[in-house]
Amino acid sequence: MSDRPLIPVVVFPGSNDDRDAAGALELLGADAPRIWHTEELLPAGTAAVVLPGGFSYGDYLRCGAIARFSPIMRTVSAFAEAGGLVLGICNGFQILTEAGLLPGVLRPNASLSFVCRDVPLTVETAETPFTSRCTPGQTITIPVKHGDGCWFADEQLLAELEDEGQIALRYEDGANPNGAVAGVAGVTNRDGNVFGLMPHPEHAVDPLLGSADGVLILGSLVDAARLSVAVTV
Amino acid sequence: MKATVLVRPKPGILDPQGQAVETSLRHLGFDVADTRVGRLVDVELPTDDRDEARAQLERMCDQLLTNPLIESYEIEFA
Repeated sequence: MSDRPLIPVVVFPGSNDDRDAAGALELLGADAPRIWHTEELLPAGTAAVVLPGGFSYGDYLRCGAIARFSPIMRTVSAFAEAGGLVLGICNGFQILTEAGLLPGVLRPNASLSFVCRDVPLTVETAETPFTSRCTPGQTITIPVKHGDGCWFADEQLLAELEDEGQIALRYEDGANPNGAVAGVAGVTNRDGNVFGLMPHPEHAVDPLLGSADGVLILGSLVDAARLSVAVTV
Repeated sequence: MKATVLVRPKPGILDPQGQAVETSLRHLGFDVADTRVGRLVDVELPTDDRDEARAQLERMCDQLLTNPLIESYEIEFA
């Protein structure tokens, strides 16, 4: 247990939200070094890992499809499979779905337009390490900025995820910015230790930025990381 | 030997790119019922054994070239 949990932010070629993510985590009481994707190991004592937003490998082939082969991702996968906390934001979410660590896939927005605006979200569950500071049913406002945020799962997979309570965040009715199936904005893995979301909590950690609701997500992660038992991989 | 992998959005999967192209074709005056946009990947393999090449390509599709949740593929040999 540490007062300032160690939460590295992975930097891929084309990541561009790594500084904001690290800055927000530092503000919320974590140590958040940025680590280059060619590293093969996470720093000793890593309590959680963040995959930031951006356009890793130029979004070639499919968003996130190439980044998942970066050397660090083998360790991130092992860390996640051992129960370690992993958060993917936007491109990080895309990478986690391509890596098979999160269900579904992110596709081009139904409008084919890049969207960049604040969106109201409904918190579906506070029973995750990423939403524990929220209350179920709460509305929070966090910006999105993406061209490929249309989360998709077929009916059977969606039903399974709903049953298991893995749909943690949804766009409010009428505010779905990308055509995501069932308005899904954020989803966890079965065990609840991996979470991906399209909105950017790191851009909403101070009222000066228009919203401080991102603190509810990243602060929850810092809380959980503080309590987490070190996972060795 | 040379092969081409054709990747398509699966039937029933919303294809906004295809819809945009379809709309544009209509603007040009073409009578189009449906348009879907996929991707093709040309691959050259250091083998002359078609079965081995096909097996390799299928593994490539499963691991990288396609996302099986949303895409199907066909393999063609030159």
